[in-house]
Amino acid sequence: MEKEILEIRWHGRGGQGAKTAALLFGEAALETGMYIQAFPEYGPERTGAPVSSYNRLSKKPIRIHSGIETPDIVLVLDPTLIGKVDVTAGLKDDGVIIVNTTKSPSEVRKMLGLKDSIKVYTVDAYGIALATIGRAIPNTPMLGSLIKATGILNFDHLLESVRKKLEVKFRGKGADIVDKNIQAIKKAYEETKGEE
Amino acid sequence: MKVVAKTANEAMAEAMRQINPDVVAAYPITPATEIVQIFSSFVHDGLVDTEFIAVESEHSAMSACIGAAAAGARVMTSTSSQGLALMDEVLYIAAALRLPIVICEINRALSAPINIHCDHSDTMNVRDSGWIQIYAEDSQEAYDSVIQAMKIAEEAFLPAMVTADGFILSHAMQRIDMLEDEEVQAFIGEHKSPYNLLDIYNPITIGPLDLQDYFFEHKRQEADAMMKAPEVIKKVADEFGQKFGRKYGLVEEYRLDDAEYAIVVIGSTAGTAKDTVDMMRDKGHKVGLLRIRVFRPFPAEEIVKALKNVRVVGVMDRADGVNAYGGPVFMEVRAALYEEEKKPDVYSFVYGLGGRDVKPVDIERVFQMIMDADKGKKIDRLNYIGVRE
Repeated sequence: MEKEILEIRWHGRGGQGAKTAALLFGEAALETGMYIQAFPEYGPERTGAPVSSYNRLSKKPIRIHSGIETPDIVLVLDPTLIGKVDVTAGLKDDGVIIVNTTKSPSEVRKMLGLKDSIKVYTVDAYGIALATIGRAIPNTPMLGSLIKATGILNFDHLLESVRKKLEVKFRGKGADIVDKNIQAIKKAYEETKGEE
Repeated sequence: MKVVAKTANEAMAEAMRQINPDVVAAYPITPATEIVQIFSSFVHDGLVDTEFIAVESEHSAMSACIGAAAAGARVMTSTSSQGLALMDEVLYIAAALRLPIVICEINRALSAPINIHCDHSDTMNVRDSGWIQIYAEDSQEAYDSVIQAMKIAEEAFLPAMVTADGFILSHAMQRIDMLEDEEVQAFIGEHKSPYNLLDIYNPITIGPLDLQDYFFEHKRQEADAMMKAPEVIKKVADEFGQKFGRKYGLVEEYRLDDAEYAIVVIGSTAGTAKDTVDMMRDKGHKVGLLRIRVFRPFPAEEIVKALKNVRVVGVMDRADGVNAYGGPVFMEVRAALYEEEKKPDVYSFVYGLGGRDVKPVDIERVFQMIMDADKGKKIDRLNYIGVRE
C-alpha cells in the first residue's frame, strides 16, 4: 500500500450487504496491523434502495472523520445501479473500479466513459453467489474480487478472517452457510477479469 | 490489551460491561440504541451482574438511575438527543443530589425538523445541568473516557456524561485497543458510597424540601464540587495515562506553540481539523487547533493559556445559539479571554447541524476567513458555514 490513506466506496442496494462487506474487509485489514475505518452512509434504509458504505485504510492512525469523496477504489455490487447512481463520482485518476456484471471490463469502461488511467475489473457475482450460496447475495464474492484486483491483503488471510467472522454471524445456522460463502469468495477471486 | 474493530456504540457498551455496574436503567434511542441493545445482551448472557431495568421513557430511566445511585449502587445509562432532552428535569436532580451516574451519550440533533444525525444541540442543551461533560474525538477516546468517567464521577460526587458523535463515531468501525476486564476493574476500584438510602442503621432523607434557609448553600456546594472537578479529572486521566499509555487532558493543543491563527472545536471534527492543520502548515500557514475535551467543568484557565498569544481564533460550534451572540462554545471561549490584556479576536462559526458533513475544505475556509479578518477584511462575528442560503 503506497498511499498514506486508501479510500474505498462500496455501492449496493439495501439488503445486499454492502455494509457487511465494508465491515468484514475493515476487520481483515485491521488484523494485519493497519488502522481502519468502516462505515455506512445512513439515510432512509429501504430494501432495494441504493446505499453506499466506505473503508479507510492506513498504516498510521486515521484522524479524518468526513465522508469519502475521492475514493481510490469503487465496488459496484449491483449492475443496475449504473446509470442510476454516479458510481464513478470523485474516483481518482489512478483509481480502480470493480463491477458485478456479466459484461466485460472494456464494455464497462465504455458504458462509464472512464479515463484510460482508471483500471476496470468485472465479475459475475450474482452467478457465483447463485452457484455457491444459492442466493444472489453479491457482497462476499466481491471481497474476493477486491483482493484479486488490488492485492491489498493476502488472500488466504482474508479467507481466514472472513471465515471467523461469519462463523460468529451465522452461529447456530450451520457451518454449511459459512463454507458456501468462502467458496463464493474463492470463485470470485478466480473469475475476476481485468483488461489485457 | 487487545486490538479489536469496534464502533463507538460497541466500544462504549464494552466499557459498560467491563465496569459491570450494579444497575442500568435505559430506554433505547437512535443512534445510541445499540449501546443499550448490546449491553442488554451482556445481561442476558450473564457476562455482567447488572440489574437491568427496561423502562418506558428516558425520564423514567434517569429517575430509576437516581433511585439506584441514592441507594449506593454503581449506575450507568445511555441515551441521545430527544432522550437526553426528556431526562432534562431529572438530570438537574441527579447532579444536585451529587449522584455519580454515568451516561454514554451519542450526539444527535434535537428536533424539529426531525433528524437522526450528529450535532451537539442535545448535550449543549444540558450544559448547565451540573453534569461533567466529556466530548470524545474518536471511538477509542469514547471507550477510554467512559472508564475514566466512572471513577471521576465517584471521586467528584458528580454525574458525568461521555459523548460521541452520532453515526460519525457511533456507527463507524475503527481500531480500538481494549483493556482487559481485570485492568478496568482494578482501575475503577470498588464503589464506596459514603451513605445510602437502604442503610437502616443510619437512616437519611434524600431530596427533601429545601427553602430560603439552605437551598442556596446546597447549590453553592454543588458549584464548588464542579470547580474542584478539574483536579479529579486530571488526576484520573494521569493515572489512566500512566497505566495504559493513552494520555488525556481537559483540552488538547495541536500545533499551537507558534500559531497565529487557531480553531477551537469539540468532538470528531477535531480529527478532520488536525489533518487540515497539517495540510495548511505544509503550505506555510501558522495555524493550530485547540480541542476542548471537557466542556463541563469549563476549563477556562487552560483555554486562555493556549489561545492568548494567537492573533485570531475561529470557534466552531456544532450547535446554534439561535438567538444568542454566537454558538455556545464560542461565547464561553470569548468570555474566558475577556480579562486578558493581550487577547485574540474571536469569531463564531456554526457548522454541521443535523449531520451536515464537514470536510477539510470547510475547515480551511474557516482558517481563510479568520486570516482575512486579520488583514482587515470585515467578517461577521457569527458565521454559518456549509449551509445553502
